Amino acid sequence: MTPGAPGAGRTALATAAAVRSGRLKAAEVLEEHLAAIRARETELHAFNLVLEDRARAEAAGVDEAVAAGRDPGRLAGITVALKDNLCTRGVETTCSSRILEGWRPPYDATVVTRLRQEGAVVVGKTNLDEFAMGSSTENSAFGPTRNPHDPTRVPGGSSGGSAAAVAAGFAGLALGSDTGGSIRQPAALCGVVGLKPTYGLVSRYGLIAFASSLDQIGPFAGTVADAALLLEVIAGHDPMDSTSLDAPPPSLLEGLDGGVEGLRVGIVSELMNGVEPTAAAAVEAAAGALSAAGAKVDRVSVPAAIYGLSAYYLIAPAEASSNLARYDGVRYGLRAEAPGGSADVAAMFAATRAAGFGDEVKRRIMLGTYALSAGYYDAYYGQAQRVRTLIIRDFDAAYRSSDVLLSPTTPGPAFELEAKTSDPLAMYLSDVCTIPTNLAGHPAVTVPWWPEGSSLPLGVQVLAPALGEAVMLRAAAAIEAGAPPAPSAPGGGS
Amino acid sequence: MSAASAEGAEAWETVVGLEVHCELRTATKLFCGCPNRFGQEPNTQICPVCTGQPGSLPVLNRMAVEMAMRIGLALHCRIEPSIFHRKNYFYPDMPKDYQVSQYDQPINIDGWLELPSGGRIGVERAHLEEDTGKITHVGGAGRIHDASHSLIDYNRAGVPLVEIVSRPDIRSAVQARDYVAELRSILVATGASDGKMEEGSLRVDANVSVRPRGSTDFGTRCEIKNLNSLRSLVRAIDYEAARQIEVLTDGGRIILETRHWDEAGGRTTSGRTKEQSEDYRYFPEPDLVPVAPDAGWRGRVEASMPVLPAARRSRLAEATGAPGDDIAVLVETGLDELVLAAVAAGADARTAVNRATNEVAGALEDGPPPPAESFARLVKMETEGALTATQAKTVLADMLRHGGDPEELARKRGFEALASDALADAVSAVIEANPAEWERFKAGEAKVAGFFVGQVMKATKGNADGGAVTAELRKRAGL
Repeated sequence: MTPGAPGAGRTALATAAAVRSGRLKAAEVLEEHLAAIRARETELHAFNLVLEDRARAEAAGVDEAVAAGRDPGRLAGITVALKDNLCTRGVETTCSSRILEGWRPPYDATVVTRLRQEGAVVVGKTNLDEFAMGSSTENSAFGPTRNPHDPTRVPGGSSGGSAAAVAAGFAGLALGSDTGGSIRQPAALCGVVGLKPTYGLVSRYGLIAFASSLDQIGPFAGTVADAALLLEVIAGHDPMDSTSLDAPPPSLLEGLDGGVEGLRVGIVSELMNGVEPTAAAAVEAAAGALSAAGAKVDRVSVPAAIYGLSAYYLIAPAEASSNLARYDGVRYGLRAEAPGGSADVAAMFAATRAAGFGDEVKRRIMLGTYALSAGYYDAYYGQAQRVRTLIIRDFDAAYRSSDVLLSPTTPGPAFELEAKTSDPLAMYLSDVCTIPTNLAGHPAVTVPWWPEGSSLPLGVQVLAPALGEAVMLRAAAAIEAGAPPAPSAPGGGS
Repeated sequence: MSAASAEGAEAWETVVGLEVHCELRTATKLFCGCPNRFGQEPNTQICPVCTGQPGSLPVLNRMAVEMAMRIGLALHCRIEPSIFHRKNYFYPDMPKDYQVSQYDQPINIDGWLELPSGGRIGVERAHLEEDTGKITHVGGAGRIHDASHSLIDYNRAGVPLVEIVSRPDIRSAVQARDYVAELRSILVATGASDGKMEEGSLRVDANVSVRPRGSTDFGTRCEIKNLNSLRSLVRAIDYEAARQIEVLTDGGRIILETRHWDEAGGRTTSGRTKEQSEDYRYFPEPDLVPVAPDAGWRGRVEASMPVLPAARRSRLAEATGAPGDDIAVLVETGLDELVLAAVAAGADARTAVNRATNEVAGALEDGPPPPAESFARLVKMETEGALTATQAKTVLADMLRHGGDPEELARKRGFEALASDALADAVSAVIEANPAEWERFKAGEAKVAGFFVGQVMKATKGNADGGAVTAELRKRAGL
């Protein structure tokens, strides 16, 4: 969170406690955030849509519940920003794509329902790389989001809007989706906590699919504890999602400050290579902090992790090519006229998709279509799935000697706008440290780490085996406690 | 088709494999909670899932899996752990522009169906998949090319289907018909289908090829679509086989293609050429988990299986000794249970079969059959002579129309079987009134018997039993 931003001194947990006790009104909390939005949204463009009126009504509802002595819920009065690929009933949901512009879902995503049940106030829908494909939020059809710490730089992506919204104090918490790092990478570049849960822990119902076997919804927060709170609310089985795990929702806040005495921590060698020295140094420093708190730190190897990026860029586009087929102009969203007014339905499909999708989306649809084609399937999609199995095997081996693993979240800090837009491969490399986790289906969290003297944050990534969120967050909390303080904002103080 | 080919046709053998799409009679669709109902207002049985709204996800209907298992068991298939794939192609009746279907790991494999006439047809697989929506082309006589626009109804989108793929073991149009008819009986018996071809509950595609008689190689096949009645199936296969024989006889070659059956024109017309067929880019559906029914589930399904048509036919044949045609009709219409119950209650098998095959089967469209108990009593009344055949039919018709006890209905109709002295009186009166005919009868002119029976019937208002009248006449004539 940027120093001096509204609510900077108050965690979401503290806000909810104050609202529930009646010491603070949800309406006041909301107005603080709306004021912050008015001050900087034009500059940053974190949102596709700010839901000022609806949010006011929701906040009033929370305050009424408190006044009437009813329990307003665990997120009472906390403003939450939603990535604009999460369906909100009756509220435009675009995926930052022209093809869905104006589409109002007929239903709420399961996570949105759960937020509302716990008294959260949805403040708006945040910008993203179109259909969550990108690492800088520059692939949005509605223009890029900028990094609150340096508006000449990107916030990361694809959940750049959600990361920037929390960092700029536009919202107390945010939700994003993470397919190859789309929560953790922007969280790291914006200096906030971002968490990708175990695949299946959080329902995907109402998350507009990019790559179904990799997508997970997860929280952005100012602190590790706030991220744990939000994850507790959204996690748990959902009968509407067949891939949702039939496990009881995890208890994460309890024991969060249990410390790391005796915890076995492994630094993943393969993910330390090729990153900027500052990124590697941040991990070493975080490991030092864990060590000082009683953890046993070692180097471990996850050899197949180096193939993660290649496997990912076959599996994710393959699934996307199928998931995005439905945008054909027949049922919802954009419909473009076929050239020459032709009544041929195939020509209408082609015209709609040509006009509605941006370049990166088209690139991935073509990649994925090719990878699934007869005669190529086994060499590409099939081979990538086998690599995925290897990555899981190597992680399993690493977790026999380590409780959690450590790596940089990104190879370096936020880069300048347009620095990588002409070079897709360079852009793809932004996710090299985060992708292996998605392929394995494991959880990972990024904790902000401000190198001394730097005006830009980095992230330290803590990885854990499937359903290892509790121990992972305990390690993350210890790193947070040992991290150097964020620099003071010019003219501000914290 | 020229008649000349008829003779040459003897040298050729027709080879048919059938793909039957069966809509399952589940309460809800395959992947969502929408009602699975035919004939509703367009686009009223829909939700975010079956219209492919962004962000929606499929959840597999357990009952559909169970029905697929029942079909598999009825067709002697192995039930295997299975997965779903996505079949990707763009078409407006497909809300997601892919169809969720089972591909290389279907739930049922390697079974067979026994034809009523004997002989087994192999079943390669019977897999689960979702149905598409329905498109109506408006204007241009319903053809897509001339249509001014098209209307789409997604009520059918996501309705569960089981596709039953036979091996190319069928050798004639008639055998294909028998296979589909038997399959339909089996599907109805398992409760998986209502069997209504006219409503599209069962849809048949036929893969037809021909080869020189004696050859073991397969010829190039054509897939004929749009066969929605048994009559169409027979006509289309006969037409297509004859067409292929003519092409080959004339030195041409058959192109692997999809052909459409034109019911009005009585011919197949060329559709999509399969040699340039689409690449469906199948891959495992990541939104669903594998379906691996455990032993307990399988056991429960096996235990709940009904007696299937083949077993019902042999059971009925054993109990009644009735001819095959009657047996087939009774099992097909489900009246075998009625007959068996009547026979078990002591009714004459032959009479029970006759009344069920003729009167009861003929009235099934208008209402349910009578309770087995009442039916048995009626048959007994007839065989014991309490009712004549004509009276029994009348009483049965009353039972079918209004219900009620046969005894009560017979009384209302005034059908009291004639006491033998009443019959004797009537016969005496008729003889007296027709002395010349009586002499002829006595002289051995057998056909005059009919005249006397008619006269006695008239005198007794039909209450006499024809057999009893004849017997009385012969007794008096000393014959």
